[in-house]
Amino acid sequence: MRHGKTRFVVGFLALPLALYVWYVVWPFAQSIGYSFTDWGGYSDEQHYIGFANYVRLFNDELIRIAFWHNVFFLITVPLITIGLALFFAFLLNVGGRGNRAGIRGVWGSGVYKIIFFFPQVLSLVLIAVMWQAIYRGDDQGLLNGLLIKTGLVDKDHPLGFVADPTPFLGVPAVLWWILFIAVWGGVGFYLVLFSAAMQAIPKDIYEAALLDGASRFTSFFRVTLPLLRDTVSIAWVYLGFIALDMYALVFVMTPSQGGPNHASEIFASVLNFTAFNSSRSGRYGYACAMGVALGIFTMILAALQLRITRRERLEF
Amino acid sequence: MSTAEIERNVAAADAGPARASTDRRPKIGSPAKDSVFSGFSHAFLLVWGAMVVFPLAWVVLSAFKDDAQILKDPLSLIPNSLHWDNFGRAWGAGHIGAFFLNTVIIVGGGVFLTMLLGSMAAYVLARYDFPGNRVIYYLFLAGLTLPVYLAAVPLFVGTSKLGQVVPLLGTNSDVMLILVYVGWSLSFTIFFMHSFFRTLPQGVAEAAMVDGASHTTLFFRVMLPMARPGLISVGIFNVLGQWNQWYLPVLLMQPSGGEAKHQVISQGLIELSVNQGYKSDWSGLFAGVTMAMLPVLIVYIIFQRQVQAGLTGGITK
Repeated sequence: MRHGKTRFVVGFLALPLALYVWYVVWPFAQSIGYSFTDWGGYSDEQHYIGFANYVRLFNDELIRIAFWHNVFFLITVPLITIGLALFFAFLLNVGGRGNRAGIRGVWGSGVYKIIFFFPQVLSLVLIAVMWQAIYRGDDQGLLNGLLIKTGLVDKDHPLGFVADPTPFLGVPAVLWWILFIAVWGGVGFYLVLFSAAMQAIPKDIYEAALLDGASRFTSFFRVTLPLLRDTVSIAWVYLGFIALDMYALVFVMTPSQGGPNHASEIFASVLNFTAFNSSRSGRYGYACAMGVALGIFTMILAALQLRITRRERLEF
Repeated sequence: MSTAEIERNVAAADAGPARASTDRRPKIGSPAKDSVFSGFSHAFLLVWGAMVVFPLAWVVLSAFKDDAQILKDPLSLIPNSLHWDNFGRAWGAGHIGAFFLNTVIIVGGGVFLTMLLGSMAAYVLARYDFPGNRVIYYLFLAGLTLPVYLAAVPLFVGTSKLGQVVPLLGTNSDVMLILVYVGWSLSFTIFFMHSFFRTLPQGVAEAAMVDGASHTTLFFRVMLPMARPGLISVGIFNVLGQWNQWYLPVLLMQPSGGEAKHQVISQGLIELSVNQGYKSDWSGLFAGVTMAMLPVLIVYIIFQRQVQAGLTGGITK
């Protein structure tokens, strides 16, 4: 029956595999190779220098700054986004009519969900360009204009936003302003995700809780939240990936793509700066070493994800 | 949770109010407490809704103002008069028009090829046993977690070098960018479609084979149509992903010397935002952002259920 199977399998796999290997696998492999060389990029000349690039990474002041900024995002982005998304999902779903068991949306919850989801379909670049106009550092930006009008900010000293390196709670202000955009853009998606997961919880579980005399709040905190644990864990990991990759916002919004004065450098911005616009020596080889380090960091995160999702799931 | 499940849930939730009147269930809480809580919910939800909509509306409305009004009174929402010329300027001089069309071509080609090649590979990997099957599948999966920056330098160097031999596959070429998009979208597409093809019944395949269908006919005529819901989800995911892509174009689509520009909309926006720094064409910038934003938002509003289910289903899979 299975005549011509080999030809079919090879025929169907050849092109996708070739494209994938040429554009994804091979560059990854090369990156690892180059990371052990002092390749500068201008000529083909390159020498094997062992782990020298990796040693240099640990002593690089810029990398150290970038690393801590990445860690800042890695902690704050998931924490705040998930917190807000859960809060809104709670309001959206538990605030509904009380005469029925189960999760029911408040009036207009469909419209809220459509609107909250808006930033998710817009590109990060578009969001960054838009917020740049909102964050303008003189009195003509939307936010400064609002703050001046309400008297919160002095007209002669408007806020600098993404051009402001002064630390707030030990972290440059520019990072907090970027964090705000990341959260603004992310909440809607996770709200919809959590809402769908809440509505997938079967009604009889709520009916049982109801018969036991649970109030709406009790059933939310004792029934809904524990059952959402898997979805929240997944969201956590995905937000972790996003937090590691805030480059679009930094690239478009901050002065000299990581400024002012390196106050908003992240791993990706240092990597690109090293590879494509700097006069650092051995820049290609060194940039590849940064890429490998970032890759290892990401792999650790992915391993974490596997551990989380492998945990036994509750099937309804 | 599968996408289909989510779609069903969303549909069930929407069907809710219609059934409410026939539903007799025990009551929780008093009506008065309910309405207080409901008002509290709406207050918070409206604030966040305003925070999302206000900046977007401000950008769209500012696109109709002239620079004088934008500078004098940035907070005003109503344009003094409708300055449609802003759009003309952004479309022509700001190259948004050319970039827009170029993006449509690239994303169209990219998504079509991604879906075709991705489902072909996923199908073979999901339903045929052959030596190396697992290895190839995991090779594709590995691409899901690695950051694109890790590959940036060799990808740029390799593409430039290939371009000296085959210009079509070198930097600043639409064909090259389409193929790069396909390569980088395959991991997720195969991961998603693999589990979808696994669930399709074996009996149908056997019946088709008995009727004399070849493997290729079986795939295109039977299996692919049955996988439609999955194709739609992953298709939406890819359209948005490739439309919003910015790093790969910035890396690979820089014209060198006198070459014509073949840039995409993200690059056009970056260019506008950099340019307005010295040209101070704020209204042109707002018009450009509006033109890049509205089509996507309109398509999203029309297909919002599929888009939401497709995107959220993509990560819980």
